[in-house]
Amino acid sequence: MASEGAGYLGGGGGPNGLSSWIFSTDHKRIGILYLVSILSFFVVGVSLGFLMRLELISHGPTIMEASTYNSVFTLHGVVMLFLFIIPATPSIFGNFFLPIMIGANDVSFPKLNLLSWWFYMAGAALALATLALGPADTGWTFYAPYSLRTGTYVSLAVFAVFVLGLSSILTGINFVTTVHRLRAPGMGFWRMPLFVWAVYATAWIQIVATPILGVNLLLVIAERVFGIGVFDPAKGGDPILYQHLFWIYSHPAVYIMILPGMGIISEIIPVFARKVIFGYRAIAYSSLGIAGVGSLVWGHHMFVSGSSYTAGVIFSFFTFLVAIPSAIKVFNWVGTLYKGSIWLGTPFFFALAFIFLFSIGGLTGLILGALSVNVHLHDTYFVVSHFHYIKFGGAGFAFFAGLHYWLPKMTGRMYNARVANWSCLILFIGFNTLFFPMLLLGIEGMPRRYFDYLPQYSTLQIVSIVGSWVLVAGLIIMFANLLRGAFRGARTTENPWGGATLEWKIPSPPGRENFEKIPEVTKGPYDFRGLR
Amino acid sequence: MNETVEKVASHRDYAGAKLGMWLFLLTELGLFFGPLLLYVMHDIRHPEAFHAASQSLDKTIGFANTLILLTSSLTAALSVASIRRGKTELTLIFIFVTITLGGIFLVNKYLEWTGKIAHGIYPGGDAFAELPPGEAVFYGLYFFTTGLHGLHVIAGMIVLAVTATLTAGGIVNKRDFVKLENAALYWHLVDIIWIFLFPFFYLIS
Repeated sequence: MASEGAGYLGGGGGPNGLSSWIFSTDHKRIGILYLVSILSFFVVGVSLGFLMRLELISHGPTIMEASTYNSVFTLHGVVMLFLFIIPATPSIFGNFFLPIMIGANDVSFPKLNLLSWWFYMAGAALALATLALGPADTGWTFYAPYSLRTGTYVSLAVFAVFVLGLSSILTGINFVTTVHRLRAPGMGFWRMPLFVWAVYATAWIQIVATPILGVNLLLVIAERVFGIGVFDPAKGGDPILYQHLFWIYSHPAVYIMILPGMGIISEIIPVFARKVIFGYRAIAYSSLGIAGVGSLVWGHHMFVSGSSYTAGVIFSFFTFLVAIPSAIKVFNWVGTLYKGSIWLGTPFFFALAFIFLFSIGGLTGLILGALSVNVHLHDTYFVVSHFHYIKFGGAGFAFFAGLHYWLPKMTGRMYNARVANWSCLILFIGFNTLFFPMLLLGIEGMPRRYFDYLPQYSTLQIVSIVGSWVLVAGLIIMFANLLRGAFRGARTTENPWGGATLEWKIPSPPGRENFEKIPEVTKGPYDFRGLR
Repeated sequence: MNETVEKVASHRDYAGAKLGMWLFLLTELGLFFGPLLLYVMHDIRHPEAFHAASQSLDKTIGFANTLILLTSSLTAALSVASIRRGKTELTLIFIFVTITLGGIFLVNKYLEWTGKIAHGIYPGGDAFAELPPGEAVFYGLYFFTTGLHGLHVIAGMIVLAVTATLTAGGIVNKRDFVKLENAALYWHLVDIIWIFLFPFFYLIS
């Protein structure tokens, strides 16, 4: 069975038409469906971001009007967050590898899994439909009362996010059930790979937090269509309550984005240090810790929204507290490298870039978490830079690391490592040239989301814009190399990196069934004895 | 042949199917947590207005609807108990009674809503615009939350109707009844949410 053609990818006489993919309940094929669709939307998001930067190259309208600029940054946010970074790692790698890594043949609810993808596509279609009709200009946060009044297609955009949330919830339910019910014999919780731990913790956040966003978005629609008045000050409503409900979801959502990325790094570091991971349990617990404490920090988005000083102090305290589990992970990764016999493979370079960029993101987050400093930096480029360091420098680079680590397993073919290493370096340089000047701009007082700026900000803006060109060049090189590798690359072996987790014990690409016989697990995920 | 083997294997994970359902119910509670949180915040801000608006709701209909949903939860539970004993016909009767009670609940809700709408008290209505600020918010939340709940009642009735068909077709049977059990769990959720909404909107003042 396993030796047939290209395994689950079809060939060897197996069904391989379009409908055998888009109606497949095989978690591996669904993972590929997500891979293709999510990366397509990533291209849309990058293009929007690129145009936004380009617009700022000169004063006044350059390539678009101010109102278009508002729509572009809104859509850039919606596409990048809800269509790319939230689903990317859990839906692609979680779907493909979570069942394999715990020794299962599929997720608990394969049909529900397919339904999640269809909901994802429906949400994406609605979101992109607004692009043609008249995109929302509210920013991705849809803050009331402006979102209740603006004449653009906010209801449609909001409903799109609601449908995407539904998809996210169903995926979360599937993963939690799978981890509880389908672990292979011998695969105790403390033998699960840390990627599985991270996706498991993420799935809980998806289940608990997403419904709150969902109902909040329904309330915005009800406000716009019927005028129920709960967020409208003219009717006695309160727009601040919108912000609360929004961030009760959207702050934990930051951890939905970063936790699975941290899981990928926790897989790559020990494999390339040829050494059991340092502090396995600490990393696993810190994932749960981040999920828990991360649910109590939402108020730090609202320090200048007129919340009380006491509330500010409490939220500031929890914000500092959530840095501890994140730091535990960073220290443990570095501790794993200590005295390891390090092999400089491409995924490892991306992992190092992740640690560096994520550390900057985390530390700037602490600066923003301090009450007094926040008043100065609130809604400036400093915030923009901070969350791009976390979401792109962190979650994005971790996702790229995952692509370089796992794509050979998914396709059975290897990319050109030399080109890949260069693309990593170019991305790293481009990213920092793009976003580091924004930290300085923010400290100097450049507000975010502005269409124009004072002459004193010109130099740093231009540096940042040039950085965006380098970054896009790096992305093109990386994806071209990966695409070429996926279709034309040399055939790879079962275990190109010498990993010890279960996915490296099955063929590349895996057969239609993951395991012909469910394996019996007898050792931990980072026990490299007997591997090269 | 292969397919039947697979089916038997997937049917064995009874606990998995239940766990998935419980997780889904948790997300439903999260959905209603939002408007109830808004209710509490607005109630703290406009206690008199909320009291006045709450008094205007018809407690009799609300109480009757509470009894109706509680009874329907009982019949839903009885349908599961019957299928465990293999009494298909009795199961179908109980499901039918549950769906009918859900329908009666909706009719009551309809009468209650149209009563308010006839007086112009609905978002966009004449009287609504002239209400003091807090009362408008109360009715806004009332229509939103009970409307959302009403959609859940309809969804629950559809789910029960589907499981009734499956029961009649023998797919849900004495040995494999987790679909009916999950449908009944969903119905209990619809009931429990109402148990919270009723005191919030009709009784607390």
